[in-house]
Amino acid sequence: MTILTFSIIVLLGAFLAGLVGSLTGLGGGVVVIPLLTLVFHVDIRYAIGAALLASIANSSGAASAYVKEGITNIRLGMFLEIATTVGAVVGAVLAAYTPTNTIAILFGVILLFSAAMTIRKKNQEALTEGSKLAEILKLNNSYPTKDGEVAYKLKNVGGGFSIMTIAGVLSGLLGIGSGALKVLAMDSTMHIPFKVSTTTSNFMIGVTAAASAVVYLQRGYMNPGIAFPVVLGVLGGAFTGSKLLTRLDPTLLRYIFCAAIVFVAAEMMYNGINHQF
Amino acid sequence: MKKILSESFWADQDIEQLIGKLLRYGVVTASTIVLIGGILLLIQHGQGQVPSYHRFAGESDSYTTFKGIVSGAISLQAKGIIQLGVIVLIATPIMRIAFSLVGFILEKDKMYILITLIVLCVMLFSTIGGLKI
Repeated sequence: MTILTFSIIVLLGAFLAGLVGSLTGLGGGVVVIPLLTLVFHVDIRYAIGAALLASIANSSGAASAYVKEGITNIRLGMFLEIATTVGAVVGAVLAAYTPTNTIAILFGVILLFSAAMTIRKKNQEALTEGSKLAEILKLNNSYPTKDGEVAYKLKNVGGGFSIMTIAGVLSGLLGIGSGALKVLAMDSTMHIPFKVSTTTSNFMIGVTAAASAVVYLQRGYMNPGIAFPVVLGVLGGAFTGSKLLTRLDPTLLRYIFCAAIVFVAAEMMYNGINHQF
Repeated sequence: MKKILSESFWADQDIEQLIGKLLRYGVVTASTIVLIGGILLLIQHGQGQVPSYHRFAGESDSYTTFKGIVSGAISLQAKGIIQLGVIVLIATPIMRIAFSLVGFILEKDKMYILITLIVLCVMLFSTIGGLKI
């Protein structure tokens, strides 16, 4: 295969990955890794490097809009980034000592979990009674809704912080944004309204991914020939997806894609167990 | 430059709006550089065979160190230019932390100045500590 053919096919594939990632809320990075490894037989380490870059691009692109709308809780994001960046550096260091097949199996498990997370019931309620720590750390805030500004408080700051550390480790180890775990920490544990937790999670993904990306770059995981079609493709797909989301109801699509993701996750685990990576 | 250093410049701008703009410009700049490098790569080597990505070899110094990447990009090597775009992309969220720091300094929020500094230190540690362990 010539470099031209490879680049065009990967560009189209990454575009689809970005589109699916955006419509399901999984993120493009998590879809691009199985695409590169299972379809193009790219070494999982190169795939992780490229996926991290795609996550940074997606997160920064989407976050710029949410920050302007005032939905993102910047203080909360900043505070939890201590957990995710430390976790991400640990994860990136661990990655050097983890066999690629183990990484593939773990990736499959997280992919299944993420798919399940996107179709669960979402927390819409704003807490009126928060914990003392949330008060001290100035994490309670308000966000705009169509019925006006809604104030919310949060609790279980310690629990949320711990889950964020794990999210960071997995992000550094697997090269994904681990948005699903971040939302789990904020949505289910700290009881933050869904809209705030998804946008704040998105805001944090860029910094988390950058923390491990610098390690991966220096370790030679970032291949320019793969990075170029992946970054541009995923970014284009995610942008198209976000435009589509305002026009169509993604519920049915979400179920269809989640079913597809389950197959992909099973394939990753199967190949990992059979030492195909 | 003097304008950027004056406090009124920052106070006039809403820091959240500024962060939003920074993120957008960062991504647009990075992807433009990557696109230029990519087109150049296809022109220079488009008909060549795809290297064996199935086997992990790792990249050489010219694509993993700041110095190597910059000198590659200056001499208009396609892969060097792509990697320069990659660096701009990775630097974007790091710059965002720095902007947040300025915002918290202006608000005189000591606790969040400290929290932001901790995150910056982790990023710095990761950048320096990641160098060829």
